[in-house]
Amino acid sequence: MKSLEELEEIRKKTLESVNIRTDRKNTRVVVGMGTCGIAAGARPVLLAFLEEINKRNLNDVIVTQTGCIGVCRLEPIVEVYTPGEEKVTYVKMTPEKVRKIVSDHIVNGQVVKEYTIGAYEEQDK
Amino acid sequence: MQLYRSHVLVCGGTGCHSSGSDDVIRVFNEELEKHNLQDEVKVVRTGCFGLCEVGPIVIVYPEGAFYSRIKAEDVPEIVSEHLLKGRIVKRLLYHDAVHEDETAKSLDEMEFYKKQRRIALRHCGVIDPENIDEYIAFEGYKALGKVLTEMKPEEVIDTIKASGLRGRGGAGFPTGLKWEFTAKAEGDKKYVCCNADEGDPGAFMDRSILEGDPHSVLEAMTIAGYAVGADQGYIYVRAEYPIAVRRLSIAIEQAKEYGLLGENIFGTDFSFDIGIRLGAGAFVCGEETALMASIEGHRGEPRPRPPFPAQKGVFGKPTLLNNVETYANITKIILDGPEKFREIGTEKSKGTKVFALGGNINNTGLVEIPMGTTLREIVYEIGGGIPGGKKFKAAQTGGPSGGCIPAEHLDTPIDYDSLIEIGSMMGSGGLIVMDEDNCMVDIARFFLEFTVEESCGKCSPCRIGTKRMLEILNKITSGKGEEGDIEKLETLAKTISSSALCGLGQTAPNPVLSTLRYFRDEYEAHIRDKKCPAGVCQALLKYVIVEEKCKGCGLCAKSCPVNAISGERKSPFKIDEEVCIKCGACMSKCPFRAIEKK
Repeated sequence: MKSLEELEEIRKKTLESVNIRTDRKNTRVVVGMGTCGIAAGARPVLLAFLEEINKRNLNDVIVTQTGCIGVCRLEPIVEVYTPGEEKVTYVKMTPEKVRKIVSDHIVNGQVVKEYTIGAYEEQDK
Repeated sequence: MQLYRSHVLVCGGTGCHSSGSDDVIRVFNEELEKHNLQDEVKVVRTGCFGLCEVGPIVIVYPEGAFYSRIKAEDVPEIVSEHLLKGRIVKRLLYHDAVHEDETAKSLDEMEFYKKQRRIALRHCGVIDPENIDEYIAFEGYKALGKVLTEMKPEEVIDTIKASGLRGRGGAGFPTGLKWEFTAKAEGDKKYVCCNADEGDPGAFMDRSILEGDPHSVLEAMTIAGYAVGADQGYIYVRAEYPIAVRRLSIAIEQAKEYGLLGENIFGTDFSFDIGIRLGAGAFVCGEETALMASIEGHRGEPRPRPPFPAQKGVFGKPTLLNNVETYANITKIILDGPEKFREIGTEKSKGTKVFALGGNINNTGLVEIPMGTTLREIVYEIGGGIPGGKKFKAAQTGGPSGGCIPAEHLDTPIDYDSLIEIGSMMGSGGLIVMDEDNCMVDIARFFLEFTVEESCGKCSPCRIGTKRMLEILNKITSGKGEEGDIEKLETLAKTISSSALCGLGQTAPNPVLSTLRYFRDEYEAHIRDKKCPAGVCQALLKYVIVEEKCKGCGLCAKSCPVNAISGERKSPFKIDEEVCIKCGACMSKCPFRAIEKK
């Protein structure tokens, strides 16, 4: 160890992987992983989220799962919780959609309207 | 670096380790692989979470689900339900870890953690102690960097002095002053030592810090080395702490690899190295002069002071000696500033203290509380009260050198000075809770037996005096006490505490003196009435069969090893007192609870 900068580098690098253990209030991506969700392909979606978030170094975003939300026909379902904002529910998710959601919504704060449950129900009518 | 979506923290402290956390970790890894989750979920072995009573403990993040008493058989369910499908396994959660609406509580909301303030234990249960990167992630070695690049040694000492930190080993000597004395002492070579020879029965604070956060001690010792002008450190730890020793060795290895120990740390001209010295477990080696003799390779015996270690310590050179927990506070003080530290605690005792809660208490474990917390808060709120709703009788602090605190002092704020005022002492932090079923004479006898066993024998007051005291106590508890015994005990106690060579001998009579102070009536009952009010001392007890309850089944007679019980089936049996050896076998066999001890 020759300098403080070197130390800071290690700190930053590792913090990404351990700060999941501190109680934080920030963006939470919840993937529905009930039997229905898994059958509809929730796992690739979850992995895509992890990959995107990893790639972009978004170390304050938590990816977690939950059980069946109840609208099994729209699985895989993903909910995005941002502090101070209303939760956004995305339906019929695919790994491709994930990339757009991460770049538009999670990074830039623009909800991807066309993928939300609201937009889907509209179309369905 | 791989990013995991979930971390499974499994306690690898000594408590959870012995209740099987290694198996839990193994099964977690197997199950994760079975479900192909090994790249998404990480299993981490951490240090002690403190709630040893309900171990092995597993915490799953990001949800913060607090699982308790997890056995290897429970793991497949956690993996398939929680980690795969996201459904927390409620039946395995710790009972106080869930809100009424069934959402998980954060640690700070739990009764056990609510009143705690974790400074010395801040990383225990959070980081993997065998991974230096994780320590660095939580600001590890930042204080060392700051000290070496921005501060002069005098400034470091002034900071520690300003914080009001006092030695956590028991005596409570101001840490900053100790550093200053060592810095000012003349010598071509100086040493920094760490006292990790934790010997009090029931104490495991230092052990848990070393097991859960070894780097914090290494970093603080290096800072101390810079402050006092030393280039070599020794950690004196007992060989009977294998996990602590192993993790310390790993930590030293890793710190050396990163250049955080060794030559020219952070590119400065400061160099420092740390070695481990293993003790064989003698209690007296926790005394500073004996400890230093043992480090040198001599027999662990104390010598008179002065000269104090700051003048003449290890190998005759000026030496700074602090306890593990004291060191664990240092980096926090440097990083946050002494003012922040001073905000916690009472007027003369700043900061927090770690206690190992044991004895008759629901939440056996490790707690860290701000100084000034009352014993009532520790026992009834953090500790969860006494099992079976029994009545609190006393708490023993300071182990064999301390004393007991009776119920009337439950509301005394705990700090160095208030404890001495009520005849006990802070000690290193063992806190043993006793309820109405404990005999105080027997407790005093237990601690004295310990000191007699551990006396090094160098000075006669301790070697002979404590032995005589123990003989008198044995006499009293076996029903042969005479008038005048109490007075003899008192005279002996005073002589020993004023004439013994080291702290071990001087404080050895404390348990007797303090129980005499608060529970003299129990001593008198043993001597005059030949009765043990708590029903502990076997020789003073009588086993009797209550006629009304006895159904005459004869099980007691069968279980009696000396054939002291006789009677005819279907009519009440009788115990022959002359023959009875008071083993209690009959009492535990009786299905009708018809046998009582009086």
